[in-house]
Amino acid sequence: MTDAVAQGSSVTKAAPDTMAWDSGLRRLMMIYLPLGCFVLILLFPFYWMAITSFKPNAELMNYKDHNPFWISSPTLAHIKHLLFDTAYPRWLKTTMLVAIGSTTLSLIASTLAAYAIERLRFRGSPYVGLGIYLAYLVPPSILFIPLATVVVQFGLFDSPLALILVYPTFLVPFCTWLLIGYFKSIPYELEECALVDGATRLQILRRITLPLAVPGLISAGIFSFTLSWNEFIYALAFIQSGANKTVPVAILTELVTGDVYQWGALMAGSLLGSLPVAIFYSLFVDYYVSSLTGAVKE
Amino acid sequence: MSVTTLSSPALAQRQPNWIVRLFDYKPFLIAMCLAPALGLLAVFLTYPLGLGVWLAFTDTTIGRRGIFVGLENFQYLLTDPLWWNAVFYSVFYTAIATFGKFALGFWLALLLNNHFPFKSVLRAIVLLPWIVPTVLSALAFWWIYDPQFSIISYLLVDVLHWRSSNIDFLGSPWPARFSLIAANIWRGIPFVAISLLAGLQTISPSLYEAAMLDGASAWQRFRYITFPMMMPILAIVMTFSIIFTFTDFQLVYAITRGGPVNSTHLLATLAFQRGIAGGELGEGAAIAVSMIPFLVFATLFSYFGLARRKWQQGEAND
Repeated sequence: MTDAVAQGSSVTKAAPDTMAWDSGLRRLMMIYLPLGCFVLILLFPFYWMAITSFKPNAELMNYKDHNPFWISSPTLAHIKHLLFDTAYPRWLKTTMLVAIGSTTLSLIASTLAAYAIERLRFRGSPYVGLGIYLAYLVPPSILFIPLATVVVQFGLFDSPLALILVYPTFLVPFCTWLLIGYFKSIPYELEECALVDGATRLQILRRITLPLAVPGLISAGIFSFTLSWNEFIYALAFIQSGANKTVPVAILTELVTGDVYQWGALMAGSLLGSLPVAIFYSLFVDYYVSSLTGAVKE
Repeated sequence: MSVTTLSSPALAQRQPNWIVRLFDYKPFLIAMCLAPALGLLAVFLTYPLGLGVWLAFTDTTIGRRGIFVGLENFQYLLTDPLWWNAVFYSVFYTAIATFGKFALGFWLALLLNNHFPFKSVLRAIVLLPWIVPTVLSALAFWWIYDPQFSIISYLLVDVLHWRSSNIDFLGSPWPARFSLIAANIWRGIPFVAISLLAGLQTISPSLYEAAMLDGASAWQRFRYITFPMMMPILAIVMTFSIIFTFTDFQLVYAITRGGPVNSTHLLATLAFQRGIAGGELGEGAAIAVSMIPFLVFATLFSYFGLARRKWQQGEAND
């Protein structure tokens, strides 16, 4: 308690633009307390997920003798069940394949499109940009039924390839807008110099624009990866067989069996399904924040 | 433009290769660059969108090509209490969840806009619910809402002694509806907070200094500086949020599947149940198409939000 107050006042001194009336106690009540509540509530489901996946079943169903907020005898049984008795490794592989495939495809398509719209500047390029932006506003929920028939027509039903081809519908608009913003920030004079020196347009894109846009490409890439990892409705509608399912769909449809839910296994599945993106996220936090805010500001 | 014409002859001299010249021909290059993106969007977005509208006017089922039946699907929906129920809950869900997300998200953004230690770590933690697959966090909520072993019930009954019996979160319509809204708000707060925080950071501190010199109170500074300056970004983020909350699918499908007694169906889950699970593609498509008017309304809202931004900031900015 006193610690936080001391911290608060030291911050007040350190930051000159903090208001003079901003006393330590007031700061504690107005900022740290609500912030603490927010963090607690936002993180609690993850804590609960994690702790459930390591609890033995006896403890899970007995709150009288065991404190539910802690584990008295942790067990790896649920994780082991998930890894060795279910097709989890298979699902993980499919999800990884789909996420990487659709991310690559969308990155290539949207880099070229963004370059054409922002740098090649033709008549009507703002309208093409607007059209791609509008595509982002079409939610998957109104597309999945006709898309299912399209996927069947193409003979791609129940194949991960269908997901790789369909995910760009929401990834390309997002990446294109993000990259247009990045290309805008690269001085056009650089390209003009190269043109004067006799470089072709493609050489300019490859040697000058792309290397300068690497942060934007990383942002777009990790964002697309996360979005495709988390996608649910298309994967649910287009994939039928248990082996080809993606992790989010498989955990919901393959692990929820019967009337008695195996909460330990379910939470272990949720935890393991979330971990890859969470780790990925922790490595690239700044890119996530910048791409999220960049896309909104565009 | 003049630059291109200047450089092309020089290039042609040095590299007589016709492929290189073709790729330096601007209209061709533009077409090549736009082809992959526009091709993907045309085949998997525009075409299905049109096909969806067409399907809504047919009686297609899985495995059978339908025939045109006019407005029959829509007429049926208008007499279907389940559809009306889904419309009601979709609007209700969107309204309450959006309000909650923005009230709490704006508050969180204002809190994060202060100076304090470990700010970037906190910002990273806050975004976590948005990063993790929604279905998986929805499963965690399902477990939190368990009728027997809910941790919230445990806290209220056994620790705090505020209630004598467990809360039946998902067993009856209204508690189930509000439980889903709570989960949606939980998931939506990070996106709203981080987007709005970015907006807050663009407001110049000198505005606040000027207002302080004029003797403005904290509330007045919020009401007359922060809020108007945030209007454009609020409009955009809110449009996105409304569109994706209204068409939400995952949370409801994972936690209640529309139950109990179909009281928590959103239009999207109803469309899935009728269209994919039930095989009535035509009817499912009609339900999905019936979402479009709401979405158009939200998009127009965004358009006017954007127009307002340009008008507000003049041309000097961005």
